[in-house]
Amino acid sequence: MPNDASSTQIATGASLTVERVAHRYGSAVALEQISLHVAGGELLSLLGPSGCGKTTLLRIIGGFIEQSAGRILIEGQAVDHQPPNKRTVGIVFQNYALFPHMTVARNIAYGLEARRVPGAEVKARVAEMLALVRLSHLADRTPRELSGGQQQRVALARALAVRPSILLLDEPFAALDKNLRLDMQIEVKRIQRLSGTTTILVTHDQEEALSLSDRIAVLNQGRLEQLASPTEVYDRPTSLFVNTFVGAANVLPGVLDAVTDGTARVTLDGGGQIAARAPIQTIAPGEPVVVCIRPEHLRIATDGPGLTGTVEMGLPLGATIVHEIRTAAGSSLKVAEPRATGMEPRPPGTIVTLHLTQPEAVGVFRPAA
Amino acid sequence: MATRSIAAYELKLAAPLAGFFVLFFIAPLLILFYVSMQSDTGTSLAQYARFLLDPFSLGVLGRTLWLGVEVTMLCLLLGFPLAWAYVRGPRWLQPVLILVVLLPLLTSVVVRTFACIVILGRQGIVNSALVSLGLIDTPLRLLYTEGGVIVALAQVQMPLMVLPLITALSRIDPNMDDASAALGAGAWRGFWRITVPLSLPGIIAGCMLTYAAAITAFITQSLVGGGQMLFMPMYIYQQATALQNWPFAAAISIVFLATVLAVVSVFNALGRLSRAHA
Ligand SMILES: Nc1ncnc2c1ncn2[C@@H]1O[C@H](COP(=O)(O)OP(=O)(O)OP(=O)(O)O)[C@@H](O)[C@H]1O
Ligand SMILES: [Mg+2]
Repeated sequence: MPNDASSTQIATGASLTVERVAHRYGSAVALEQISLHVAGGELLSLLGPSGCGKTTLLRIIGGFIEQSAGRILIEGQAVDHQPPNKRTVGIVFQNYALFPHMTVARNIAYGLEARRVPGAEVKARVAEMLALVRLSHLADRTPRELSGGQQQRVALARALAVRPSILLLDEPFAALDKNLRLDMQIEVKRIQRLSGTTTILVTHDQEEALSLSDRIAVLNQGRLEQLASPTEVYDRPTSLFVNTFVGAANVLPGVLDAVTDGTARVTLDGGGQIAARAPIQTIAPGEPVVVCIRPEHLRIATDGPGLTGTVEMGLPLGATIVHEIRTAAGSSLKVAEPRATGMEPRPPGTIVTLHLTQPEAVGVFRPAA
Repeated sequence: MATRSIAAYELKLAAPLAGFFVLFFIAPLLILFYVSMQSDTGTSLAQYARFLLDPFSLGVLGRTLWLGVEVTMLCLLLGFPLAWAYVRGPRWLQPVLILVVLLPLLTSVVVRTFACIVILGRQGIVNSALVSLGLIDTPLRLLYTEGGVIVALAQVQMPLMVLPLITALSRIDPNMDDASAALGAGAWRGFWRITVPLSLPGIIAGCMLTYAAAITAFITQSLVGGGQMLFMPMYIYQQATALQNWPFAAAISIVFLATVLAVVSVFNALGRLSRAHA
């Protein structure tokens, strides 16, 4: 059995350190001072909106572009002077970049042959990789004769065949339709677990990041906004950007009254006071702030204390039901509740009261500039 | 009904071109063939037999075909880096290179060939530079040599090689290089295993055009080659005008035409094969 184990269980991946990396294209800043550490075998997602610098960071790690400042370390060793073919970093491009003139098997063998692995071993490894991605029956097809999901699995097998210490995935699921995407996400997670390869996944899909990652690095305009576990990022976002980009949030302006024992009190501009989690940024009482309330932390009641408003619209979304409520002050709030069987949306115009279920789930931030 | 009348209409529109082809291409070809069948003893294949049994004529044909190979190889060797620099080089380089590549097309062949003569002559730029640098004592014989003809032809036919290469190279996904490097392959392995196979359709198209143009380039061949070297186009011209041997000239022409067509169809077959997977 030890033989068997060694053929599928690949040594745990290498750790990666990004040290104060900055990058400029000409005079345009694409990344500023990014620092992060990824442990061996970890799956880290780079999450951020289009143009925030995700691909740039990935290409710097792979050695395809040289950073303007900072260092990249693999297992504690600086690799900045090494070209891509000397770094043991595998990459799967967004468009897969399979070699169109080679069969699936030859694509997978390419890296092994480049490393002068003996022929018999190449054959064995190709077969092993094909089994891993469940494509053994398609070994002799060319990439053109494969579906999108199959192509992606070949790209994955090709990158994993050379046993990279770090695997980089640039939006690998973006081109797939919803069902196939879910299958492939599970597949990638399974393969990553099995191979123990340190993996960096670039994505702008927050659900993908939340479901697959050990930790998420949220990027915005070339800056690292937050680096934490998926639940931490969702439950305790450290910036207004993260709070609104990951998951949905109702953003209401107000003024900070006081912070006591980890709880903040904010007077909303539209009237009423609200309890919230103490802000991470240092904000003095009396300063203007915004509060972020996730739709699922609000409940609709017909009376009692709380914000009052009128129903503008109700959307039954299967398992949840979302209401859009306009408050007396004119701001509009989304409220998401679990939907019981037979529950219909409330008719527009109904006067309702909103209750906050969890004060610690409300974030307080400085207003965006 | 409507579609049929449109189809009829379109055929009518093509008629002038078809007429042009029949009048100026098919008819002369048939006449050429008819003339080539004439001999002292009436209609026969005697002219063809004479050509195919004559070592001198076969030598001219062989030398011409070989000249094409040499010119094509030189064009490919120089044209590939040029096309590569155009596709992968910095943005500012592109207009410069396209001008360099296209300029020959915008000038008359005669002008370009005389320029070659000026450059390669005994008192030409190359020789005077070499002499003044002290590298040689007496001027080299560059003109009226096979080497001179090859270089001049390569310069003249270069756009025919570079343009298809540029098209083929720019169709290759730039991520291919990165993917190859990320898998641990060095630049040379990536070049031979990825870039060359993927640009094969362009290489074949470029070679075909250059080859066909080089072996039929009457003006450059005869001006730079002088009287010393005889290639097929000049051979045909001599037989027809100087010796007034029209039947033999026609027969050589047909043989030459058939040879060129054979070469072109080999290239075409290769091209189809390479496009099947590239
Ligand atoms: N080659 C380049 N030259 C100049 N600017 C570039 C270049 N590549 C990217 N940029 C700029 O750098 C910034 C970051 O680009 P990058 O490709 O890293 O974004 P991204 O996060 O991957 O976006 P997306 O999700 O759309 O792929 C963008 O503003 C982009 O316009
Ligand atoms: Mg990107």
